[in-house]
Amino acid sequence: MIQKEIESKEPVLLPAGMRPTPSILQTLTRFARRKPLGAIGGVIAILLIVIACFAPLIATHDPTLTNFRAPLASPSSEMLLGGDALGRDVFSRLVYGTRISLLVGILSVVFGITTGFAVGLISAYFGGKTDLLIQRLMDAIMAFPALILALAIMAVLGASVTNVIIALSAIFVPGASRTIRSQTLSIKELDYVLAARAIGVGDWRIMAIHMAPNLFSTYIVLATISIGWAIVVEASLSFLGVGVPPSVPTWGGMLTGATKYVETAPLVAIFPGVAIALVVFAWNLWGDALRDVLDPRLRGTD
Amino acid sequence: MNSYLVKRLLLCIPTLILVTMLVFVLMRLIPGDPAYLRLIGSDGDAEFTQEQLDDLRAQLGTDKSLPEQYGRWMWGVVRFDFGLSMVYDTPISDDLKSRLPITLELTLIALVLATVIAVPLGIASAIFQDSWADYLSRIVAIAGIAMPTFWTGILIIILLILFFGWLPPLGYASLWDKPLLNLQQMVFPAIALGFYNMALIARVMRSAMLEVLREDYIRTARSKGLSERVIIVRHALKNASLPVLTISGWQVGRLVAGTVVIEKIFLVPGMGKLLIDSIFARDFTMIQAIVLVVAVLVLLINLFVDLMYGWLDPRIRLEG
Repeated sequence: MIQKEIESKEPVLLPAGMRPTPSILQTLTRFARRKPLGAIGGVIAILLIVIACFAPLIATHDPTLTNFRAPLASPSSEMLLGGDALGRDVFSRLVYGTRISLLVGILSVVFGITTGFAVGLISAYFGGKTDLLIQRLMDAIMAFPALILALAIMAVLGASVTNVIIALSAIFVPGASRTIRSQTLSIKELDYVLAARAIGVGDWRIMAIHMAPNLFSTYIVLATISIGWAIVVEASLSFLGVGVPPSVPTWGGMLTGATKYVETAPLVAIFPGVAIALVVFAWNLWGDALRDVLDPRLRGTD
Repeated sequence: MNSYLVKRLLLCIPTLILVTMLVFVLMRLIPGDPAYLRLIGSDGDAEFTQEQLDDLRAQLGTDKSLPEQYGRWMWGVVRFDFGLSMVYDTPISDDLKSRLPITLELTLIALVLATVIAVPLGIASAIFQDSWADYLSRIVAIAGIAMPTFWTGILIIILLILFFGWLPPLGYASLWDKPLLNLQQMVFPAIALGFYNMALIARVMRSAMLEVLREDYIRTARSKGLSERVIIVRHALKNASLPVLTISGWQVGRLVAGTVVIEKIFLVPGMGKLLIDSIFARDFTMIQAIVLVVAVLVLLINLFVDLMYGWLDPRIRLEG
């Protein structure tokens, strides 16, 4: 408390390099105060990661155990959110579904955005014909709507978790490469890059050691913003039955055929949808806030 | 205008060619020989002779080199001839001719509904900034962006059944034979499909309008004593509609892709449902044709939007 008061009394006396670096907690409180909605999104997102990690402890039942005595059971103290058509516990399936959603969402975004990052950096750095060729290729990939591209890739590879991650990674490459390319173009001519080149640093080393770290905040923002979208596409694939195999509990898969039992058990079709919307909502809010704070130049590019 | 138009059209050609190449290569990545897979049947135990295999390979053209196969396929594609379905042996273009218009109708209704609802909503939200109406429309917009399209479809069915005890007539009747039944069938899938776009357009319309309303020329119009109505409709809306058009253009691909899930839920026999059925049937020639048609469609719509942009905004046209 006392230290805080002293700091606030003499705000800008110290030169930048000597200013005490704010602790992680201070940075977080400042972020929460500036972007309350983003902070809420971040908290929900982290909470869901925790749920995914500790799914076996949180779930009350085995998510794949069928119980023919309780098909479409209503919510009760025994089955918190009721049972589905095969009597499986909806709450436990939701908890386990968090795992697939986040696993696929985060991994595909990391692979996709990283590839897009490399492609965009290389494209802009070398320029000329390389740039022209790569950008036309990215244009061509972008002509396929994300879900259609993912469906086509899944049709060729077949349904499995790994293949869903591969298919989803592909849809993030062109967009990320375009954003990174335009950012690279603007830092390419800066003095530190020219200086590195002047003392004979190789092209690949300049890109990896000198330029990439300066684009890192853009990378983080792109990744956070894209995760919600990845989760929606994964859920759509699983809903259609061509994504994650039906034996694994997923939110999208839980909604397959949900309209059949609408009259007797509408809740079965509601909970998984709420879960998806909540996660997407949380990641979107968090991503938007991070973008405004870390990289305001990106505003309006999503 | 001419140089802009020419430049934009020329840029489209290499992309189109690359798109066809991508589709061709992707479908060649399927493990195994298509002729062999077809003869062995779905159970994998059908008997056949080497002669039959060679014949089928020649018939499918898979005994030729890859560039030659691509050339033959492209020669068909430009004449709207996609060959035969691998599973049913019927011409693919016949299926496309009957399915594509249904999907296009659905997409168009969704787009029109979304725009007609979202634009006034966005404008009202901007004019009455920070009022309860603004908050309400912003909440709807945020919810719409977070809800996956297929869940919106399921929710609409649930709401209709629970509150009205009524389900829209599922399936499809031709617009020309039974226009009324057709519209009844199309309106709910279209609402579900367009919900995301509605939310997005409302959000973009609001922020664009807020920005434009702070411009000097709006203040000038106000000080001239023009009525608020004229200022909004004739002065502000034109400039604020540019970002809305851009967003709608970008999102057309998503809208077309959304028909896949919506057609499955509402049992609309369009191209999206055909794509899913073909994936389950492993009908790769059909998948290939549909994916190509969708991509070309999206490219053409984006081209159209860009040309509209040039027409709406003189600055782009003149820079050329």
